[in-house]
Amino acid sequence: MAKVIGAVDISRERCKGCNLCVVACPTDVLALQAKEVNDRGYHFAYVNDPDKCIGCASCALVCPDACIEVYRVVEK
Amino acid sequence: MNIEDIKRSENKVYSRPELLNDSPMHYCPGCSHGVVHKLVAEVIKEMDQENNSIGVAPVGCAVFAYKYIDIDWIEAAHGRAPAVATGAKRLNPNRLVFTYQGDGDLAAIGTAETIHAANRGENIAIIFINNAIYGMTGGQMAPTTLEGQKTATTPYGRRIDLNGYPLKISDLLARLEGTCYVTRQTVHNPASVRKAKAAIRKAFENSLNRKGTSVVEVVSTCSSGWKMTPEKANEWMVENMLPFYPLGDLKNTAE
Repeated sequence: MAKVIGAVDISRERCKGCNLCVVACPTDVLALQAKEVNDRGYHFAYVNDPDKCIGCASCALVCPDACIEVYRVVEK
Repeated sequence: MNIEDIKRSENKVYSRPELLNDSPMHYCPGCSHGVVHKLVAEVIKEMDQENNSIGVAPVGCAVFAYKYIDIDWIEAAHGRAPAVATGAKRLNPNRLVFTYQGDGDLAAIGTAETIHAANRGENIAIIFINNAIYGMTGGQMAPTTLEGQKTATTPYGRRIDLNGYPLKISDLLARLEGTCYVTRQTVHNPASVRKAKAAIRKAFENSLNRKGTSVVEVVSTCSSGWKMTPEKANEWMVENMLPFYPLGDLKNTAE
């Protein structure tokens, strides 16, 4: 069976920490930084569990600030 | 396979729309405006109309829409976007002309312009962001505020006997002869974002093909005005707004 592997890039400075991508992710890949903040003072989103990513782009679709880029590879 | 092999340009399935420029948006965290801006930028690029589009920006939270999407824009006086778009489209009939308005702009101060532009069947697309509140000025009651909803000017909730009924302006517009496509969408989850994008595309095509007025209402959240986290605001919207503003096409005579 083909295996789908994904990866996301999140722009740390553009993120406003709204948490919508974390909620939208079906495999719980993303999380918000608990303590660290970006230059504008937001607890930005980061990839907490990269192995689970399936590259579905749900996070990128709901991101209001368009700060997520998604990659996907189908391994045969 | 390691992460560098995955993150190659040929594997990219989603990237920031080209027409969105680098200026950071002034919207609050989790604001639906950002998602709709993104969809507008994507649809215009996909339709290859970046040099042939005229947007009309409103007054309200989206007043700086022209700062974020790199196409031609006109800033209209408060509520007058459909009137300005009428002029733009009549002088440039081959252009894609759309307005981008909130509920304070479209359903309150600009009701007359909106209804008459739609009744004349102007070949414009109207994107209507309905978050049931005046977001920019600090969360006052809007015509679209739900019964019982607490706002800065209705701290005990909107009362029908005092404040009247919430206005379903898209239903009104769907009754007019001039409109060809009226739909109500939302952008709170990935599936609804995809549907909203298809609706915006249809509306823009109607403007280009001169089929009549198209209205895409996007039921949205205002987490700051509603005083909720973005996540809670989405839940509140699904529970309270969607029963009153049901999703789907209200009219489609363009096909």
